[in-house]
Amino acid sequence: MLLDALAPDAARRVADAQALDGRALPRAAAPGSGIAVTIRDLRKSFDDHAVIGGLDLHLPAGSFTAVVGRSGCGKSTLLRLILGLEEPTGGRILLEQKDGTRRDGAPKRIMFQEPRLLPWARVLDNVAVGLTGHGKKAWRRERARAALEEVGLSDKAGQWPATLSGGQRQRVALARALVSRPGLLALDEPLGALDALTRIGMQELIERIWRAQEFTALLVTHDVGEAVALADRILVIDEGRIALDLRVEVPRPRRRGDPDLARLEGRILQYLLHGPGREEKPSQGELA
Amino acid sequence: MPAALRSAPALPAPLTAAGRNALPWLLPVTVLLGWQAAVSTGIVSNRFMPAPLDVVRAGIAAARSGELWTNLGVSTLRALAGFAVGGSIAFALGLANGLSRLSERLTDTTVQMVRNVPHLSLIPLVILWFGIGEEAKLFLVALGVFFPIYANTLHGIRSVDPALVEMGRVYGMSEAELFRRVILPGALPSIFVGLRYALGIMWLTLIVAETISASSGLGYMAMQAREFMLVDVVVLAILIYAALGKIADALTRVLERACLAWNPAYRTV
Repeated sequence: MLLDALAPDAARRVADAQALDGRALPRAAAPGSGIAVTIRDLRKSFDDHAVIGGLDLHLPAGSFTAVVGRSGCGKSTLLRLILGLEEPTGGRILLEQKDGTRRDGAPKRIMFQEPRLLPWARVLDNVAVGLTGHGKKAWRRERARAALEEVGLSDKAGQWPATLSGGQRQRVALARALVSRPGLLALDEPLGALDALTRIGMQELIERIWRAQEFTALLVTHDVGEAVALADRILVIDEGRIALDLRVEVPRPRRRGDPDLARLEGRILQYLLHGPGREEKPSQGELA
Repeated sequence: MPAALRSAPALPAPLTAAGRNALPWLLPVTVLLGWQAAVSTGIVSNRFMPAPLDVVRAGIAAARSGELWTNLGVSTLRALAGFAVGGSIAFALGLANGLSRLSERLTDTTVQMVRNVPHLSLIPLVILWFGIGEEAKLFLVALGVFFPIYANTLHGIRSVDPALVEMGRVYGMSEAELFRRVILPGALPSIFVGLRYALGIMWLTLIVAETISASSGLGYMAMQAREFMLVDVVVLAILIYAALGKIADALTRVLERACLAWNPAYRTV
């Protein structure tokens, strides 16, 4: 069972819940069920202004990719296109399950910068929103309770969101995104509004759950340090194109302040601040 | 003596609590006592202003004869009927215009134009149309409560956080679910504001309408009493209006607290 490592109790509950109603969850409930994303010649314009111009990209199932770039570079648009929140002007986006089946309607979830919880629903019911359209109400709540336990908030199930701290709200939003066992989780600067310590705690939580559930993760962030700490691969987007495509081959668990990570972070920042050509030369191929 | 400067002499805890509860009533009770004294000693003639005790006596007499209850019942029924008719049409139209641009474009301008006509100015016309029957009162009350409910329902729906609506869509809510779980709860605080305004206007409209043209009801009771110079009954009617308004407001508050418990602004304790 995929949750064993985290919370045996939660895993048991999920198993019980699935026994209660096995038909309700899509196949993504099985471990190692990340969705692979393939993008061909993707273009998107708003009022004749091209935000994304001819982008090709492949995200293997179960990978963790971070997208960084200056404001307005098109990184959030890319994420919204993959999620189907925007219609592409041209090109194709293909989502595939590991076994090769096409999963255009596959469970893909997004975590926004703001938690976007329903203020009039209790924490538990907010998490259950993630299972909209699946199963019976009692079953949804049972699953939601297990997801809350994963993010360490089971004692807040009956509270109103207004009584939680910013970090707790974002954890509830994470539980809501994960409760349906998505094959793809997009994170649109989900930690931008949190204080530094809470942010590190959240990064560790996201990494832990990602390693346990093996979904495909796509993180859009301003914070280059966050990108190098979490991702296997970092894409630097500039003017709607992939300007840098770097692999982060530092083993996990990664230590904060690791010199390799710091060097990579410095290189990306250099690129973002001063443009191509001004980055440190020898680093090509060193980490990439 | 810094310590003495910092804190005023403290009363024992139960006394302070009682004092805090009694404080809002201090002023009305003083006024009432002063009023009674002024009339009893003859400073104010009881032909202009009855003593509080006379009003109480008039109330008891009217209650005994059953006249008070009949009129109160007639007025309440009229108020609620008008409110139900006007309020439900306004709520439906507010929802429709909040959710559909087409519906809004079609009707909103018209509604805004009619809104600028003071509805009580229609009384002469309404009497011509309906006479002094029930329809006249129902029409006026319905028209009066229409605008606050319409405007606040529309505003409530328009001000629902679009980020939450997008979230609902991303999580696969159908249009009906989106309405029930996101849009309606989000609009509710504003709808309640409209409801409270409307209840105030409901009583106001009814009283004016009954005072001018009616053959039963509280307004009629007050006008009859004026004919016979029964000033205590006139004051009694006025006090009943005040009580009815207060009761309607208190009921809305209870409803608000129950429905909006999630909102820190409405939370009890």
